[in-house]
Amino acid sequence: MRVDGKGLIDRDTCLNFTFDGQAFSGLKGDTLASALLANDVRLVGRSFKYHRPRGIMTAGSEEPNALMTIRRGDTKNPNTRATVQALYDGLVADSQNAWPSLKFDVMELNDLAAPFLSAGFYYKTFMWPKAFWEKLYEPIIRRAAGLGALAPSYDGDRYEKAFAHCDLLIIGAGPAGLMAAVTAGRAGVDVILADESPRMGGRCLDETVEIGGMPSYEWAAETLSDLEGMANVRLMPNTTVTGAYDQGDFGALTNNAHHLADCPAGMPMETFWRIASKRAILCGGALERQIAFPSNDRPGVMTASAVRSYLNRYGVSPGRKVTVFCNNDDAHRTAQDLADAGVAVAALIDTRDDAVVDQADFPVFTGGRVTATSGRLGLKDITVEHAGGKRVINTDCLAVSGGWNPSVHLTCHMNGRPTWDPTLASFVPTPGAVPGLTVAGSAAGHMSTAACLASGQAEALAALKDIGAKGAAIDLPSADDAPYAITPFWDVGGTGRAWLDFQNDVTTKDVRQAAKENYRSVEHMKRYTTQGMATDQGKNSNVAALAILADATGRGIPETGTTTFRPPYVPVAIAALGAGGHGSGFAPQRFTTSHAATDERKAPMIEAGLWYRPSYFPEKGERTWRESCDREVNMVRSTVGVCDVSTLGKIDIKGPDAGAFLDFVYTNMFSTLKVGKVRYGLMLREDGHVLDDGTTARIAEDHFVMTTTTAAAGQVMVHLDFVQQCLRPELDVSFVSTTEHWAQFAVAGPKSRDVLNAVLQSPISDETLPYMGWCDVAIGGVAGRLFRISFSGEHAYEIAVPARFGDSLFRVLVDQAKAHGGGAYGMEALNVLRIEKGFITHAEIHGRTTAFDIGMQRMLSPKKDDFIGKAAAARPGLMDDDREQLVGLKPAGAVKQIMPGAHIFEPGKDPVRVNDQGYVTSVCYSPTVESVLALAFLKDGRTRHGDTVMAVDHMRGVTTECIVCDPVFFDPQGGRLRG
Amino acid sequence: MVKLTAKSAAHGLLPLTIGTVQVTEVADLTLTAIAPYKGKAAQAAQALTSAHGLDWPQPKRATGNGPHAIWFGHQHILLTGAQPDPGLAKSCAVTDQTDAWVVVDVAGQGARDVLSRLTPADMRDGAFALLDTARTEIQHMQGAITRMDPDRYRVMVFRSMARTLVHDLQTAMESVASLSA
Repeated sequence: MRVDGKGLIDRDTCLNFTFDGQAFSGLKGDTLASALLANDVRLVGRSFKYHRPRGIMTAGSEEPNALMTIRRGDTKNPNTRATVQALYDGLVADSQNAWPSLKFDVMELNDLAAPFLSAGFYYKTFMWPKAFWEKLYEPIIRRAAGLGALAPSYDGDRYEKAFAHCDLLIIGAGPAGLMAAVTAGRAGVDVILADESPRMGGRCLDETVEIGGMPSYEWAAETLSDLEGMANVRLMPNTTVTGAYDQGDFGALTNNAHHLADCPAGMPMETFWRIASKRAILCGGALERQIAFPSNDRPGVMTASAVRSYLNRYGVSPGRKVTVFCNNDDAHRTAQDLADAGVAVAALIDTRDDAVVDQADFPVFTGGRVTATSGRLGLKDITVEHAGGKRVINTDCLAVSGGWNPSVHLTCHMNGRPTWDPTLASFVPTPGAVPGLTVAGSAAGHMSTAACLASGQAEALAALKDIGAKGAAIDLPSADDAPYAITPFWDVGGTGRAWLDFQNDVTTKDVRQAAKENYRSVEHMKRYTTQGMATDQGKNSNVAALAILADATGRGIPETGTTTFRPPYVPVAIAALGAGGHGSGFAPQRFTTSHAATDERKAPMIEAGLWYRPSYFPEKGERTWRESCDREVNMVRSTVGVCDVSTLGKIDIKGPDAGAFLDFVYTNMFSTLKVGKVRYGLMLREDGHVLDDGTTARIAEDHFVMTTTTAAAGQVMVHLDFVQQCLRPELDVSFVSTTEHWAQFAVAGPKSRDVLNAVLQSPISDETLPYMGWCDVAIGGVAGRLFRISFSGEHAYEIAVPARFGDSLFRVLVDQAKAHGGGAYGMEALNVLRIEKGFITHAEIHGRTTAFDIGMQRMLSPKKDDFIGKAAAARPGLMDDDREQLVGLKPAGAVKQIMPGAHIFEPGKDPVRVNDQGYVTSVCYSPTVESVLALAFLKDGRTRHGDTVMAVDHMRGVTTECIVCDPVFFDPQGGRLRG
Repeated sequence: MVKLTAKSAAHGLLPLTIGTVQVTEVADLTLTAIAPYKGKAAQAAQALTSAHGLDWPQPKRATGNGPHAIWFGHQHILLTGAQPDPGLAKSCAVTDQTDAWVVVDVAGQGARDVLSRLTPADMRDGAFALLDTARTEIQHMQGAITRMDPDRYRVMVFRSMARTLVHDLQTAMESVASLSA
């Protein structure tokens, strides 16, 4: 119910929303949780396993129960904690994990079977038969025990990632965080202050305490307004720091739009930040814990501090008649605040015999225990036992405090473990657990407001000193400094089930049973019982559960220890982590200069690494790619074709030692190459296997241009850098990639020179440009280079111009080719042309083949003292006749299709691994030879030309009888390329 | 005679204005990679100064006002906006890169916020002063960013990636515009 005169909300702005289809209204400044409580909605969800009724338990991001789906249809967002969902007009929320309705959930039958469903039930019951787990048990369990469901369609919402940098990151903007920020801000360093709430202030907004003689929320507002005026301070509200990583890096998640009715165009729902800081201070506060008592999971049982938050910040009382149950003085404030606000307090029950409560105008029971509760869908009564006897109290809200757990999570993200502090009965951060991260405020175990303020300032000053900045202490505002008096109390005991993990339905009995079955390690207990494995990651239950485990195993709490806290601190949408990477954002797209002209010709594109290259250029009447491909192959063989080959790597190599450098990286000799000439080269890795191949032209005595394959362009550049910097630093050579500077086109076919001579300012001839030569050329005043090289086996050239002229030159060349009976050709035809000639690509030099395997062992120059891979390539194992060697295959039986990837077996032998003789790497249909052709690696293949073998594709079930032949299927003498 | 027409790297993609940030292509900017040969760094620096009036840039810095010399990686600078003096070739490997990069200026209030969506480089005033430069990641691309003015950054990636660069900038600009609205 709403309480008059309380709360930091805008009472003039009414917001309408629905929950499970029912219309409600709340106020501006409400969370969904506070608005539901204002409307006396207490039942908000069902637990994971037993489908027990669940109510709102907390007022923060640690909420285990109030998980809801916000919005419907394609943009629905499941598993949203109602406690952090700001209310907006028109919000639609639905409960999860209940059918047919929240009030009547059929799966609640599970609860009746609870005696059979205790810890380890799955592991014991679903062991047999083995195959049933995946097919039967798991699907059933998954359906029964679930959270919200994702939208079935593609998530059209936008998410983003971003980077931020600062000198000091302050995590949490409560009293300690604000004090630290002001101290650091005034010192002039770059500060980021991040807080998970839309309104900064932390518990300043939740309590009725005073700071500096004014209400704490006013002090927070004043301090924030100070900080806003500092250009060096960046306030990041709505931002949860999710993880601590190496070198002062932190992950953080900003909610930009979940609180808006309509997300503006272009706005990301969330931003996932990587914040790089020199130093960081964790001021994340503490989380209040429960006390385990029988049937403590009914809607209406909350933390005592949450009740204060709802009352003081939102002007809502979660009950009309509230009882407080605690083991510490702090929770007494809940009863006092409620009483002061005019809310009926049924009783204050303190487990301590010596608890002192001043000025109470409500019943107080010291040494009391809550031993039972009733109320199916919401709390109605509790049973209290104390020195004076046993009594039933009528109450609809029980505010429980078992003490506070400092938020140590971030300090454990680099495998640090927290330290047990017996005076606080809590774990506190271990200093230095995350380098560069210190802790202030109640996160460090400072439980009074004054201590929080003082530690915030002290840690800020220490961090400033660390980074070499000058900070000055400022007068601390006056604040409450009451000691935190607590006597540990974990479990009331008794026979009923007492919940620890409310979301995953883990009870004290489950923990004790785990201990009994020898799951004594806290990590084993966690996995056996699923305690702490829900979306709250055990924030509410960890310490209590391990206290029970400690008790059950007869060890102390520090010896028992905690489980591992890992990032993220709160759930992070996969969409935020993967932002920018969906669809075409997965990788950059590289387009050639001829892309537009290629698109205009309706050529389908294939991806070659990041590049987009035309597959084929369809002509009118062609119905399949094969028709186009066959035509393009015939065109190149009979007239002329033009193909964009700009994607091949080009590396400009200069310097007096350029030739010596090339001699070292290639297997064959380049220092002897004459200026004006081009040579094919083979490059090995240091292990003697083939790295790449390509041609290199000598431009001048001290200047070469190397080409690499498209696939290995980057790899070769890295290799050259390594060789220059690490292996041959004495060589005076310099190189730079020019791949992108030049647009380069192959012009291939008997009429290639006619096409070029129609374009070039000065014509070429066999005399001026023989095979494997290059020369400078000019096209319409533009300087370019012309190389006479061939990847098709035809009389062919590659012409290069600066990339800005690429589009224009491609169009000119294609027009000229058409005039000569030719045209453009794509990757399919290029592949057929090279297979017909037995030319290799990375399908053959795939990383496991040697020069010997591909029949190029003669290119391992014996004249050179050394080159990369020389020694390794000469190892006996890499030169054995028994190795798989490059051969050609042609179909010889009824089946005419050879499958790429097929393995080769001898006829009559079982096609099993031990009989494997090799494999097929490339396949095409050759319109020139009028047959399917394949390149393959076959054991001792060079001596087996003429043999019959079987190519077996086990996956697609195709077996082809093949005849082994030379890998060069067409024009083996090479007469055509010499023109 | 055949006539070839030039097309800039971001032809048809720019300019772009969203919110307070503009992206424009810096077309026709002559780019030359210059790398001194062994033991010739001092000679190279002298040649650069006498021919172009530019100091040889220290790592992560650019020099000049008009033509610029931008540090561009290991023992390697980029001369922009000037035809390289032929004399440089005596001490350096000089390679034309004019068409290898798409060059854009990201300018206006919020330009830095846009780039902070794309690059991990620290671009706070204290860390990235005027004429500071970084070879860095730009979304998924390797590129270069140079601070030309307080609110103007020169961004370069491979020419073939121009479309992706504009797409990534546009997405970030839309985000910044919507979040600062």
